[in-house]
Amino acid sequence: MPVQVRGEVLSLRRVGAYHAMTIVAPGIAEHTRPGHFVAVAVGGEETAMLLRRAFSIYDVSERGVFGGTVEFVFSVNGKGTAWLAGRHPHDPIDVVGPLGRPFSLPRDPARCLLVGGGYGTAPLFMLGRALAQRGCRIDFALGASTEDRLFGALEAKRMATSLAVTTDDGSSGEKGLVSDVLPDLMERNRVEVVYACGPMGMLRAVNDIASDFEIPCQVAVEESMACGIGVCMTCVLPVVGDDGDTRMVRSCIEGPVFQGDRIRWADLGSVPSDTVGAAQDSGTR
Amino acid sequence: MTHTSPVVIASRAADAPTPDVDLVTDLAGVTFPNPIFTASGCAAAGRELAPYLDVAGLGGIVTKSIMLRARAGRPTPRMAETPSGMLNSIGLQGPGIDSFLDNDLPWLHEQGARAVVSIAGSSVDEFGKLAQRLRGRKGVALVEVNISCPNVEDRGQVFACDPKAAAAVISVVRRNADVPVFAKLSPDVTDIVEVAESCVRAGAHGLSLINTLLGLAIDTTTMRPVLAGITGGLSGPAIRPVAVRCIWQVHQALPEVPIIGMGGVRTGLDALEMLLAGASAVSVGTAVFNDPGAPARILRELAEALAHRGVEHVSDVVGLAHRAPEQLVPEGADPLGDEPSVEQESSSLGQRERTVSFDHEETR
Repeated sequence: MPVQVRGEVLSLRRVGAYHAMTIVAPGIAEHTRPGHFVAVAVGGEETAMLLRRAFSIYDVSERGVFGGTVEFVFSVNGKGTAWLAGRHPHDPIDVVGPLGRPFSLPRDPARCLLVGGGYGTAPLFMLGRALAQRGCRIDFALGASTEDRLFGALEAKRMATSLAVTTDDGSSGEKGLVSDVLPDLMERNRVEVVYACGPMGMLRAVNDIASDFEIPCQVAVEESMACGIGVCMTCVLPVVGDDGDTRMVRSCIEGPVFQGDRIRWADLGSVPSDTVGAAQDSGTR
Repeated sequence: MTHTSPVVIASRAADAPTPDVDLVTDLAGVTFPNPIFTASGCAAAGRELAPYLDVAGLGGIVTKSIMLRARAGRPTPRMAETPSGMLNSIGLQGPGIDSFLDNDLPWLHEQGARAVVSIAGSSVDEFGKLAQRLRGRKGVALVEVNISCPNVEDRGQVFACDPKAAAAVISVVRRNADVPVFAKLSPDVTDIVEVAESCVRAGAHGLSLINTLLGLAIDTTTMRPVLAGITGGLSGPAIRPVAVRCIWQVHQALPEVPIIGMGGVRTGLDALEMLLAGASAVSVGTAVFNDPGAPARILRELAEALAHRGVEHVSDVVGLAHRAPEQLVPEGADPLGDEPSVEQESSSLGQRERTVSFDHEETR
């Protein structure tokens, strides 16, 4: 059960082009599983920015000196995240979590490939530790536009059997997209399960490759959300259900983790005409 | 090191007892324990808010608009943050009334919540069928008729923009419903009083004011509208003065008709402002996105604000701004500003005694 906590900032640090914030927020850590997210209010009590910002949980600690903490990674790309980047230790911050459906773990040890793009890599480390505890082999593939936008390469290297890095400009690792190196990695490491988190375009490419190899792929999507708790209906995407029917589902409640092959990738941003309840005349309005 | 412990603010136990003010509110003969409701489209059917507040502790849960059949809504992006507000273009996505009656309504009833069921049809006939389906269902306190959703393809479909079309919908709902009927109106009209009067003549027991305002935001990077649906409904504190104005005008014209006020309420004082304008109850909408526990918090704040002002019954302040002479305001207290300090409060105690003897007949 998620809780709303008026916590406070414990620390804020720069990680390359990103920021990692740790909040003292009792009640969240205990129930957090890999893939869960938090929804953070920005701007203070009188703010004109009403919508919460959703971030994957990077790490939690149930018992620190100050009680439970939760850490997330963000990139400044608007007024809300700029406000977050300007916080100081002890500043109050209102956070709701843990939210969403987490990653599913294999029952038996399996060979897992974790694919991250940019700071989308953040939730993969809790996942990696959980997989390792189950005796899974972990390989990492991380991609970003530039070296300073790679997140957690060192941590991935320590945790994984192997690490592949790509950047768009070649400033670190191989030049190109992370999806470019996947087929080779999957073959070489005899990968059985793929987990991915990052931009939608990357997730789609990763899912396509996993489909070619006929192996299960779980993706944590990044859809823009207003509330994070299931009431605003803005973070929907077309997803095929167990019954074979497509519905516009909330990524905050039924996601953010989905089986990659259930998402109607080509139809993102639209309501496919065969969606349950789609308008009879057109699928685009 | 001075370290203040963070507080878990949203659990049922944290819903602190409210000061000793009678908060009971009557809407067309239906009694609610307090005047703070959720707002349609901002609380789903209540269940999603259960981790953050006690749904039975609010006056009522106003559901997201229920339609006859499942509806997928509009494409994404459906949302744009705007100054002190947001645009939404959801397009009435929902599973349809069968699912609502099978799952959501029984859950609300089990919790002890009072459901104000918002219904939306694409034809007059559909509204009638929806009202019919709600007959005899346990837990339904009121029907709120959403004739004002701006997120439809055809502006001509916004019944609330036309007094005759609005009346046609209300009269068919009135014939089919077995609970009081509230018409939810749009502020996007030249004369909201005309539409309100038409709805009341057609049998509406009360009015819900206001739905969102039609708006548009353009992304200056892509140079295209932000929303896939191009236009969207503007909500949040940005529209509160519009809501207060609409409530004021309609209450002035129809003082006997109960109003549920909504539009940008974020604090207990915001809710009080709407009551003073003439609302008998207040729905909290977009504030929930910012603070899931907002309705419960606003209820506490309202009770405290009323206690500070020496008000014994919340019904005493309904529409009070239309008639309260200046001296009725406790000395030193800005009615829409901060709470009076303790000193100001004690120095004006005698005055506040006189303040509360209002004309009950007039305030209903």
